[in-house]
Formats: sequence, structure tokens, C-alpha cells
Amino acid sequence: MLDSKIPSGPLENKWTNFKFNAKLVNPANKRKYKILVVGTGLAGASAGASLAEMGYQVESFCFQDSPRRAHSIAAQGGINAAKNYPNDGDSVKRLFYDTIKGGDFRSREANVYRLAQVSNCIIDQCVAQGVPFAREYSGYLDNRSFGGAQVSRTFYARGQTGQQLLLGAYQALMKEAAKGTVKLHPRTEMLDLVVIDGVARGIVVRNLITGELESHLGDAVVLATGGYGNVFYLSTNAKGCNVTATWRAHKKGAFFSNPCYTQIHPTCIPVHGDYQSKLTLMSESLRNDGRVWVPKTSGDKRLPYEIPETERDYFLERKYPAFGNLVPRDIASRNAKEQCDAGHGVGSTGQAVYLDLSDAIKRVGANVIKERYGNLIDMYQKIVDDDPYKTPMMIYPAVHYTMGGLWVDYTLMSNLPGLFVIGEANFSDHGANRLGASALMQGLADGYFVLPYTIGDYLGRNKPAEAQLVEHAEFKKSQSDVKNHINKLLSIKGKRTVDDFHRQLGKLLWNKCGMARNEAGLKEALKQIPQIREEFWSNVNVLGSNEDYNQALERAGRVADFLEFGELLVTDALHRGESCGGHFREEYQTPEGEALRRDDLFSYVAAWQFNGVGQSPVLHKEELKFEEVHLAQRSYK
Amino acid sequence: MSKKINLTLKVWRQKNCKAKGRLETYKALDIDTDMSFLEMLDVVNEGLTKEGIDPITFDHDCREGICGTCGAVVNGQAHGSLKGTTLCQLHMRHFKDGQTIVIEPFRAKAFPIIKDLSVDRSAFDRIIQAGGYVSIKTGQAPDAHAIPVAKDKAEWAMDAAQCIGCGACVAACPNASAMLFVAAKIDHLNTLPQGSPELKSRTLNMVKQMDEEGFGNCSNEYECEAACPKEISVQHIAKMNRSHRKTNFSK
Repeated sequence: MLDSKIPSGPLENKWTNFKFNAKLVNPANKRKYKILVVGTGLAGASAGASLAEMGYQVESFCFQDSPRRAHSIAAQGGINAAKNYPNDGDSVKRLFYDTIKGGDFRSREANVYRLAQVSNCIIDQCVAQGVPFAREYSGYLDNRSFGGAQVSRTFYARGQTGQQLLLGAYQALMKEAAKGTVKLHPRTEMLDLVVIDGVARGIVVRNLITGELESHLGDAVVLATGGYGNVFYLSTNAKGCNVTATWRAHKKGAFFSNPCYTQIHPTCIPVHGDYQSKLTLMSESLRNDGRVWVPKTSGDKRLPYEIPETERDYFLERKYPAFGNLVPRDIASRNAKEQCDAGHGVGSTGQAVYLDLSDAIKRVGANVIKERYGNLIDMYQKIVDDDPYKTPMMIYPAVHYTMGGLWVDYTLMSNLPGLFVIGEANFSDHGANRLGASALMQGLADGYFVLPYTIGDYLGRNKPAEAQLVEHAEFKKSQSDVKNHINKLLSIKGKRTVDDFHRQLGKLLWNKCGMARNEAGLKEALKQIPQIREEFWSNVNVLGSNEDYNQALERAGRVADFLEFGELLVTDALHRGESCGGHFREEYQTPEGEALRRDDLFSYVAAWQFNGVGQSPVLHKEELKFEEVHLAQRSYK
Repeated sequence: MSKKINLTLKVWRQKNCKAKGRLETYKALDIDTDMSFLEMLDVVNEGLTKEGIDPITFDHDCREGICGTCGAVVNGQAHGSLKGTTLCQLHMRHFKDGQTIVIEPFRAKAFPIIKDLSVDRSAFDRIIQAGGYVSIKTGQAPDAHAIPVAKDKAEWAMDAAQCIGCGACVAACPNASAMLFVAAKIDHLNTLPQGSPELKSRTLNMVKQMDEEGFGNCSNEYECEAACPKEISVQHIAKMNRSHRKTNFSK
């Protein structure tokens, strides 16, 4: 059993108690500690800026050409907080409860409560930075609703909330870079974690332009490297998103938790061809005003406006009257799949359902809809070449977010001392399903308000590292292992491209370990993944050299990791003999087809220990204890 | 409805910042008109790789028009001819069967070419470092409702804040000026009450850094606004110039 180091005391006092009991580092000593922060999304940029403001030396790494481009930028809809500005009955406790319930009771209670507690500080911080949130005519902030909640607690900046929040954090990071307290390393990819005597001591990185490998020593390593959704090849993630940093840390001893909790987002633009390189999300906020429907008759090929109201099935409103179109994502996605599987799907492939704004346009006018969702509608028009103001949009679920990640305790430290994991890269706050507008909240909570306290507690107990430690044999070994790995990829000179293998892996995982999973399918995937991996290592074609800006080589390294990680994802999905949130096992469902949890057997966090490529990983468990909430079958009816 | 088209590409190939570049001709065959421009390049690159030819290097990431990573000059226009669109959101249905497409990097002295279509835009990060922020530290903020902002000001700031930092404005400008980028960043913060205490230093320092990076001056061509994928208005440049002059006089 793993120790999550949850502080004692009642739930609402745990964070206060932790902060009071935490070790402090005095201001003069802070500058003696160096913290390596990998990733510059909401979590990484906010952590880097906050730690530098406190006086620590920070080195910030990202593979993008600028920290501002991390994929948090693409988040559209909004960020939750328990401000209760609309006076509709919200509170920290309600945000906490909605998040726990939304996560299907598979998250750690104390972490989620803390998340709800700091949520309000995030809005204050971002407003003070100049983030241009939407406002009412009074000059005060506007809110809207998101899935899984019956209050309006979502703050937003048109359809580009992620971009505005990220620019706020990025600008704070740039402010510190100008002072010299943050050193930036853009176009730099972390390729190994260096562990000395069981403690994380640094990283090995590759300069993506020159191919040069560098070792960096730190007193703590913070991974803020996002999720692993791109293991499915097609997802709403940016093309560069990858599992490499967390996977290579896993191979160095960090436990990987609950990889089978993957979120399939219900409202994405459907797949339209084999060449497709990514899927595009249409924000969940559209479900505030959009109604989801399919024709009642299966195989109905009429155009949407030819289908009269009485022959339409608004299936979410019908099945879940209390939440209607705003049920959580896992439920909305599964229902869309169910409708398509039963032949009610629309569009040329039959793999889509309608998201119809016409009632809202009639109610509030096209101008208001444009103000609310203009950029989303423009994006849809550009991709699909169709006008949502006139015909309903077609949507289908797509891989979007991953709730699983490296295991961390209450202080966001992994099982390896000195290795902290924040944002989407860790596992702790969203359980088996994340609610909309909660990813931005968690990334910024971790980076601005949690890690700066918890990392001090760790550093305060440890002396600053001696500079010559970077000469340690483990750093040299890591560098030479990375070099060999790269050389091997370049030497194969096979016949298939990197993307070709990636697509093959993605398709397999989508079919066998996607929205619905069963034992036979998962076992089949476990058989095929090693075969694909074997072929990759004997038949992949990576041209060019290491000493060059070589994008195919970058991708090859990431796909090689996905080919190992995919096996862990399936192993976890096979072992979890229950359905919860984004993990739906066909064998375990209620008579109505809802996810059936088995709390007596699976009320734990699965934390996997690496045991060699192709070898069965070792399972460790963290028991989930609920002191405050009562475990129940989720109901949104 | 989608159909298939064949194209001839003339693509700028340049090994690194020191090497001499040239246009190379490639065929792009059987291109589905529902593809995005970058997906078309993916298909071409898969083909080149199979022939043993180094694939075309181009920067890209989110492929949904928001990260600002992608961008190239397509037939003489930054991000191609479709208004208010990044290259990743430009679809092949806007091209004709048999057409020749010339693809070049964003060219500017302040954007050195790294390889092929990829350029170094770190000058933008350094301009932000010169003052593109509000100097508030984590934890100092008052309640969010302590600072009301008039809706028209908030909307104006948001119009400016939409900038994705792609650099198309620089590529489109005959003087390779970064005025639209810098003005958008300055005006976003200067418009808001949160940004006003540092208005003077922000305006002076960011403009100074822009000049030092080697960007050209503005001669009111308005090419920047026309190329901007977020359609940011040149009015922000006017507002920046006004702030800059006022600040200079009051020094």
C-alpha cells in the first residue's frame, strides 16, 4: 500500500494544517536551490514563475519554440471556481463534491478538496495579471455553465480561455526571465530523468535544433509535461504532445497511475479521412445552448431540416432530464456512440450526431450566439465547410484528456523523492473522469498555489546539491543511453515511416481500448502491441542525422515510447474489472447501460512499477478512503 | 463534397541558417480537398521519406489555429489567401486542380531561418520580457471583483489579446515591422486598469526592444492586419503610437 501522506484533521483544515507544519526555506537560502521545470503549459509556466518570484533558481524547458505555445493554449471553454458570483448556491464544498462525483469516486478526496479551496485564488490571480475574462455590462465577471454541474461557475474569455490564461502565466514567466531568475530552454526535449541513490537529481535533454545532449542538475525536478492522449494517434491534443518525459521517468522508477482513465470528449468534429492528422474539439460550452439529437428512425438519410421535430430524438434530454445536454463528458460520449452503433448516426460515415444551435438562435438571436461561440463556429466552418447558423453541427467523441498520470502523494511528489508532477501529467484530482473547465483549474492550482508550498517542505529538509554532482556516473550513463537510443533509431533505415506505425498503434487502441472495452479486445491488443513494437524497431525509416533539426527523429523517439506505454494502458484497463468514468468495461454495466463501479474490489488507485519492456509491471495500490462523501452510483437523471 | 486534386509545389529548402536556400519542385498527387494545408504537407513528406529524400521541415503543433506555431508564405501571402486563417486551418478546397503553389518561410531579418520553412521567432519572447506583463506576484491579488472593468474596455483588450504570436504580420509587412504584434500586446495591458501603473515603462521598453531586434518601421501599409489570422486591427498601432508619444513628452 502506498502512503499518500494526507495531513490529519478534518477535510477543510487539511491544507491549512499542511501549510502550518511544512518546512520553510528562508529567503536567503532559496536562491541556493535550483528547480528544473519541464513543460510550460498552465502548470509548468505558473509553477516556474511562482517559484522564481519566491527566490528559487528556475530552469524552464519546453519542446515548443516558445513557452507560450504549450497545448494548454487550445483550451476553449473556461475555468471553474467556487466564487458563487451568480448567487446560485455554489460553494467550495459543492465544487469539491461535483468534482469527486464527476470523477466517479476514483480521485483522492483531500486533493480535490484542496483544489476547490484554491480555485478562487486562481481567478483573483489571473484577473490581476490582466487576463481579459468576459464581463457583464456592470464591469463584473460573467459566468457560464459546464457539464456535471447545476450552478454557473465557469469563467471564460470568449472561446479561448486557455490561451488567455496561458499568456498570463507565460507573461509572468517572461517577467522572471527578464530578471534572470528563470533560465529558458525552448526547443529542448527532456529525454531522461537522472536518479542517484533513489533521489531525482536532474534530467538529460536534447537541443532539438543542434541535437546536442545536455545534463542538468537540480534540487528538484518538476514534470509538467501534460497527458498521453496522442497514444491514440488521433486526438484533440497538439501534434507534439507526448508521453516521453513521464514514461522515461516511469522507466527510472516513478509509478504510473490509472493509465486506463482516458477522457473521450463528446463534441469534436468527426473523422473524415485516413490522412487526418488530428481531431478538433468544439467546446463543451456549446452544450449550454446546443441540443444534441439524432433521427428517431435508424438509417434516416434525410437532411436535418427535413426531419420534423417529432421524428428527432434529443437523447440526452430524454434520458437525463435533470442535467440534459450538460451531463458529464463520459456519459455524453458513450450515449453518442450508442446511438451511432444502433444506426442513428448521421453524416456520410454515420459516425456523428447533431449539435443543434437553432433553438438558441431563435431564443436569443444569432448575434448573441456569435458573441458566445463565434470563434468555435468559424473554426467549424473552416474545417467542415458548413454553416452552423443554418444547419446543425455534426459531432462525434474524440480522445481529449487523460486523467491517469504519474503517481503523486498529497505534496505532488512522486514515489521518487525530488520528482514532482503537476497538471495533467499527474493522476490525482480527476479520478476516472474530468469535468469540463476543471483542467485549467487544476493546472493553475498546482502551479500557482500548491507546488510552491509543498516543494518548500521538501527542499527545507534537504541541503542544496553540490555542483559537481553533475559529473556523477548516473548522468554520464543517462547521456550515453539516450545517445544509443537515438543512434539505434537512425540506424534501422527500414521501409515504414514513423507516422505509419503511430497510426497503426492508435487505431488498435481506439478500437480495443477506446470508449468501450472488453476482456477479449484488450487481450487482443496486448498480443498485437508487442508485434507492432517489434516491427517498429526493425522496419522504421528515420532519415537524416542527430546533429540537425530532425522532426522525424523527434517523433520516432515519442512513438517508441507510446509503443511501450500503450501496453501499460491496456494492462491497466484489463486489470480494472469495473466500469468507472472514462473507463467503460462492457462486462460491467447497469441494466440501463450506465457504468457499474465495484467499490468493494476496485476502490483504489493502481500505481504501476516498471519491470522491463514487455515484462508485466508490478501493481501497487493506494486505497481510496472517503471521509466526507458517501459513495454512490452516479445519477444525472 | 470532397474531391481529389493534383498540385505542383515549389518549396523553399534550406539546410540551416548559414546554408544557401533554393526552391525545390515536388508533386502533390491525389490530394483530398478536405485536407488541411499541413495534412497535405504530411502526405508529401511521407512520400519524400519513402523516396529517401529529407522531408520538408515546418513548425506546427495544435493544428487548430491557436498555438501560433505554424505559418509559411503561400503564393506570396502569409498563411495563404484565406482571410483570418492560420495555415493549419487553410483547407485544400481553396486550391484548384493543377495549380502550382509556392511555399516559403516567414522572411524577416529578425526571424532567422532555422531550416526550410522553420524560423526563429524568439525575438517576440524578448519583446515580452521587456515589459509585456503586469508585475504582480502570485498571492498578491485582491478579489477578482475588486477591479471592475467596463465591458467595452474589456472587449477591446480581448480583441488585442487574441494575438497568437505567429509572426504573420512581420512576414506580410514590406518593412518586416512587428508593430501589430507589439501594439496588440501593449494595448491589451495598457487598456486594462490592472496594466495602467506600468503603462509608461511597458510602452517605452517594448518598443525599444522591438527596434533592437531589427524589425522595420511602420509605413501604414496595413498588410499586417490583412494577414493576421486573428484579424487584429491596426487601430492598436495608433493607440500604441499615441501612448509612446505621450510618454516621451512626459518624460
